[in-house]
Amino acid sequence: MEVFGVAVTLLALFAGFGVLIGLLFGFFGMGGSFLVTPALMVMGYETDVAVASGLAFVFATSVIATLKHRDLGQVDYKLGVLMIAGTTAGIEVGKIGLHWLQDIGLADTVVSVIYVALLGGIGVFITYTATRGGGGGGISHDAESEGEADGEDIPDIAKTIQSYRVPPMMNLRGGISVSLWLILAVAFATGLLSGFLGVGGGFIRMPALFYLIGVPVPVAVGTDLFEIVFSGGIGSFLYAIDGAVDLSIVVPLLAGSALGARLGAAATDLVDEDEIKVYFGVMLLLGALAVAIRKVGEFADIPVLQTVSLVVIIGAAALVSGAVVVSSVRALRAETEYTTTTAD
Amino acid sequence: MFGLESATGLSGAALVIGVVLVEAIVLYVGYGYLERLVGPRLVEALRGDS
Repeated sequence: MEVFGVAVTLLALFAGFGVLIGLLFGFFGMGGSFLVTPALMVMGYETDVAVASGLAFVFATSVIATLKHRDLGQVDYKLGVLMIAGTTAGIEVGKIGLHWLQDIGLADTVVSVIYVALLGGIGVFITYTATRGGGGGGISHDAESEGEADGEDIPDIAKTIQSYRVPPMMNLRGGISVSLWLILAVAFATGLLSGFLGVGGGFIRMPALFYLIGVPVPVAVGTDLFEIVFSGGIGSFLYAIDGAVDLSIVVPLLAGSALGARLGAAATDLVDEDEIKVYFGVMLLLGALAVAIRKVGEFADIPVLQTVSLVVIIGAAALVSGAVVVSSVRALRAETEYTTTTAD
Repeated sequence: MFGLESATGLSGAALVIGVVLVEAIVLYVGYGYLERLVGPRLVEALRGDS
């Protein structure tokens, strides 16, 4: 059976996968192309179609998620525009560096090592800080709070960065004040890595906004999504000029992910902040492991490791999204028990 | 899909990305309506309320 010339089973498969991806995207503000593009490539799609369709999907998902975060007052447009400017410059410089490494034949090895080190490093750091101290010192992730944070919520490194008061100073959502130059420097650095590694960069930018600039997590997620609307939109448009965007992938994937993203965004209102950070850290660690396995497979010419890599990525996504759902349901039930006990 | 397999060039790209953008906005509004309609009942069911 076919709908619009596409098999119903394929549409259902993409829609189901979309729900999983959307849940993670709505919850963490990242995880689109990181999971979708490798999966499409393993399914046998051409690389340009996988990349282009992944980008178009990320663009559409971030439009929906940004609208949702905007409704909750969690998008800092001023910070978003500044980040776009700094990131764009960083991406261009990153591309130049990558081409230079390609010319001397070291690009693949260097990029793989940086990818694994970065994903693994951020994963270890986030997991460590989330598990340290048994839940104290984290910031509120209340979706209705409009991202206001008090002084105790701001990480020490962000406080140090904010102490460098080089004018002009920018007042950001959450009541924080940071030098324009420091915002642009952080944006440039994340753009540099993004351009160098060929990824959307949400997994770099979101922690950078929180840990380096001190933006509250809900606003960091919303602002990161706002930026992805532009980078994903421009990227997918450029690929679509060559006809590489496949709507039979994007349309069902988006239908599923829009639902998942709504559930993921709602879950941020229920699940404890430290639990969120642990999930995020574990997913990055598994992502680093998957990239390492794939590269070892390429180096040692063991094709089965490509499949193992995909299983680790999809398994990590399923595991973490499952944990988000379970934690949300537990939080809801704990609320009910608390209300019942108080009433008694 | 939708007969846009051969859409290329600037106008084709605008059409394809336009379809994706329109779908995103329709889904945002549609799922938003659905959430308001069945959300409270779903939350009650997940809470374990009868």
